[in-house]
Amino acid sequence: MSTLIERAERILESAQSGEEIEVFLSSGVDTEIQAYQGAIENLSTASSSGIGIRVLRDGAAGAQVGTAWSGSLDADAIDDVLREARDNARFATEDEYLAFARPDGVEPVRLDLVDRSVQSTPLDEKIAMAIELERLVRAGDTRIRQVDSANYSDYIAEAVIVSSAGIKAAYERSGAYVSVEAIASDGSNDQTGWGLSAGRAPGDLNITEAADDAISRATRMLGAVKAPSQRCTAVFDPRSAATLLAIVGSALSGEAVNYGRSFFANRIGEDVASPLFTLVDDPTDKRHFSASVFDGEGLACRRNVLIEGGQLKAFVYDTVSAKRAGTTSTGSAVRGGIAGSPSAGCRALQLATGDLDQAEIFRRVGNGIFVESLTGVHSGVNPISGDFSVGVTGLMIRDGELAEPVREITVASTLQRMLLDIVLVGNDVKWLPSSAAGQSLAIEGIAVSGS
Amino acid sequence: MSKLERNAGFGEKNMEPHDTLTPMSETLVSKEVLELTLSEALTRGGEFAEVFVEDRATTSAVLDQRRVEELSSGRDRGAGIRVVVGDTTGFAHTADLSEKGLREAARSAAAVAREGGGGVREVSLRSLSNYPTHAMTLPGDVDKARKIELLRHADDVARSEGSSITQVQVALGDSSRRFVVANSDGVFAADHQIRTRFNISCVATGDTGMQTGYRPIAGTRGFELLSEGAVEEAARGAAKQAITKLAARPAPSGDLPVVLAGGSGGILFHEACGHGLEADAILKNASVYAGKVGQQVASPLVTLVDDGTVTGEWGYLAVDDEGRPSARNVLIENGILTDYMWDYLRSRKEGRASSGNGRRQSYQHLPMVRMTNTYLLEGTSDADEIIAQTPRGVYVAQLGGGQVNTATGDFVFGMTSAFLIEDGKITAPLRDCNLIGNGPEVLQRVDAVANDFSMTPGTCGKDGQQVPVGTGQATMRLTSVTIGGTAA
Repeated sequence: MSTLIERAERILESAQSGEEIEVFLSSGVDTEIQAYQGAIENLSTASSSGIGIRVLRDGAAGAQVGTAWSGSLDADAIDDVLREARDNARFATEDEYLAFARPDGVEPVRLDLVDRSVQSTPLDEKIAMAIELERLVRAGDTRIRQVDSANYSDYIAEAVIVSSAGIKAAYERSGAYVSVEAIASDGSNDQTGWGLSAGRAPGDLNITEAADDAISRATRMLGAVKAPSQRCTAVFDPRSAATLLAIVGSALSGEAVNYGRSFFANRIGEDVASPLFTLVDDPTDKRHFSASVFDGEGLACRRNVLIEGGQLKAFVYDTVSAKRAGTTSTGSAVRGGIAGSPSAGCRALQLATGDLDQAEIFRRVGNGIFVESLTGVHSGVNPISGDFSVGVTGLMIRDGELAEPVREITVASTLQRMLLDIVLVGNDVKWLPSSAAGQSLAIEGIAVSGS
Repeated sequence: MSKLERNAGFGEKNMEPHDTLTPMSETLVSKEVLELTLSEALTRGGEFAEVFVEDRATTSAVLDQRRVEELSSGRDRGAGIRVVVGDTTGFAHTADLSEKGLREAARSAAAVAREGGGGVREVSLRSLSNYPTHAMTLPGDVDKARKIELLRHADDVARSEGSSITQVQVALGDSSRRFVVANSDGVFAADHQIRTRFNISCVATGDTGMQTGYRPIAGTRGFELLSEGAVEEAARGAAKQAITKLAARPAPSGDLPVVLAGGSGGILFHEACGHGLEADAILKNASVYAGKVGQQVASPLVTLVDDGTVTGEWGYLAVDDEGRPSARNVLIENGILTDYMWDYLRSRKEGRASSGNGRRQSYQHLPMVRMTNTYLLEGTSDADEIIAQTPRGVYVAQLGGGQVNTATGDFVFGMTSAFLIEDGKITAPLRDCNLIGNGPEVLQRVDAVANDFSMTPGTCGKDGQQVPVGTGQATMRLTSVTIGGTAA
């Protein structure tokens, strides 16, 4: 870690007058294992590192920024990156709101997000986990006819962000995952189910839970039919609810709001959701796999309440979007690795927990549809207009209990409507490797399109 | 699950302005070092080894809110090495292209060969098959100021379509990707792929809220792809689409006949059967199309081709990422399934030739079976006639993306510009929604194909790897598809 910081700080020394430099360096080791038919299908181990540099230069009407990156930390490569970032800056439009983050006095929380057993666990043990995961799924139910892939993966990574504006942030992180896709057959039809388990290290993983999840999702879909078109209450399971929350989160980005690309724009203080809906982005909550000490600009991450009791309270901002909106950063810069520039985004969303378990939610809903998986989210949800239409597999809910499985249907509404139409929130929070945790969520007035 | 995105992220960048046609094997890794690396990879008893060396330079420029917000340049180079022992593949990658770095990666990839005992095996490569680029204006030869001028021009054109256009975002990117691939069977090939892309997104604001419009231009070409005319047409198209949708009503829900306009409708075939015809899914019996060669799987109007040889298209390849020359492969002929798509390893195992469909996102990824340009051959009907002969239905002018579950065949695809068809005429615009169907069923429902073929670019994601692909078709009709709207 200290060597990365030193390397990054050395680059800052070459800042010329009238410019600021920001350096993002990252380095990590990854392992990926796929098991198939009791043996290793693919085994990949690799270490990689990279650098992203942004150069900010002062101009008459504001600053200009240029970016460059490289997948190599060779001295020559770094020189090229700096030169190219500098050259790129010359072509950017001068912008009075453009600036690098400056230390804002918010103390970073202490979070231990790295478990070194990712490195010390023998490779053979990791391989055994992938093979065992596949075996459990195949042996778990006679209707499982194939396991498409059983995967184990882990990583341990470190990153530093330093800038000549005074930012100095370094962090480490590790993660381990297993996932499996099962194919079940009833002789005439196939259905699939996907299970996963995630943690900071191999020891956190629950292989049995991942296997059971895949088996149950695949087998209970057998015999699925197309449901008739109808308008009803939909209960989203924790995974699909998390997907929904992540989309809502993207519309809460201060940048999207500034640019009028969010249906939440100009609605602070309005009731935008059901009173049951309190949404918080809190990367300092260690239970999130996406928890983080620092944001993508090196400021301390912090807890931000975005919607409280249905009322829109706040947006998330990075430095530039905050300046543009006349406010200060909420420590919410996200960036997509060395090639990405910081932008405002949610990292660790959680909906305030309700007090009902899933079975109780089914009972109270009575009749409706249980949404177990979503497809076409990228093609059917528009966070600008709010239009929402996604493919769904799941089960009908009849008389308060799960009934026949259904497939090849869509559920549709608008995001604006759906937030107001939330009627029940579950207590079954599922922490997922995503920017949102999820729990069962009942939303009424959903249009189901089918036969 | 695999999915196709039209408006995929803009991750591509560049930094080395000079770009030569010298085969990289002569400049970065010599034939001798490749041979030594392959021998090293086989010392523990692997039966097949491959080295893939890649050098990619990319640039991007984004104009947002009339501001040039970002110019970015990137460079990534390294090697991926795989070793195959029985049904097991070991893989390692490195950014260190020295002989020492490559040998270390080779040993790491070979670690899966647990039994050892391979001994020394000499590898001798054939002479290099080198494929120079067809691009005329290389990315490094284009002045950055010229790119920005083009972005500004697109912005002006889009805004001139109407005062309801409140947001315009324009992006331009290019990549120069050189690679050399060598394997223990003697394959030794080098390619230089130049790709250029442009896209424009508009937001129109009206009493009914905000609506969006989008147009991409992308090809395996140099900067010559972006003629002023093409850029203006895209800008006008995106702006008009957003403005038109301000008057959109909720899409219907339920089953209706659907007419897909030529071009982006090809995504239907990408999702409905393309992924299911990839040999990795077939060999694992994880596709609804497994075991169906020779059977009628689609309407007789369907002849589907995957063709990496279409020069200049977004999914064009001279040679795939395993060194196999690309090919035109007929997958479905007059409704009958003729063949699947194959990569090197899977075809090697089956004792047949690869179809040139082995692709990888970068040297950091293992190759797998991927589509290139996948298209439906055009028919003989007239597009206007097809619409006129549809009493009630939905006309889809643009699709935005899709996703498929290959094991069940169920897929969705999203419409980003659509209209009602009433009494054989295109009428009211509809709000965005997904359509949903089952591949094998929908393929049987193609009842008319016109003669106005065109193609569109997309980014295809599979198991976390993104590759550029083309899809294409002529205007066509499906007798019935489920529309995922909200109106009764």
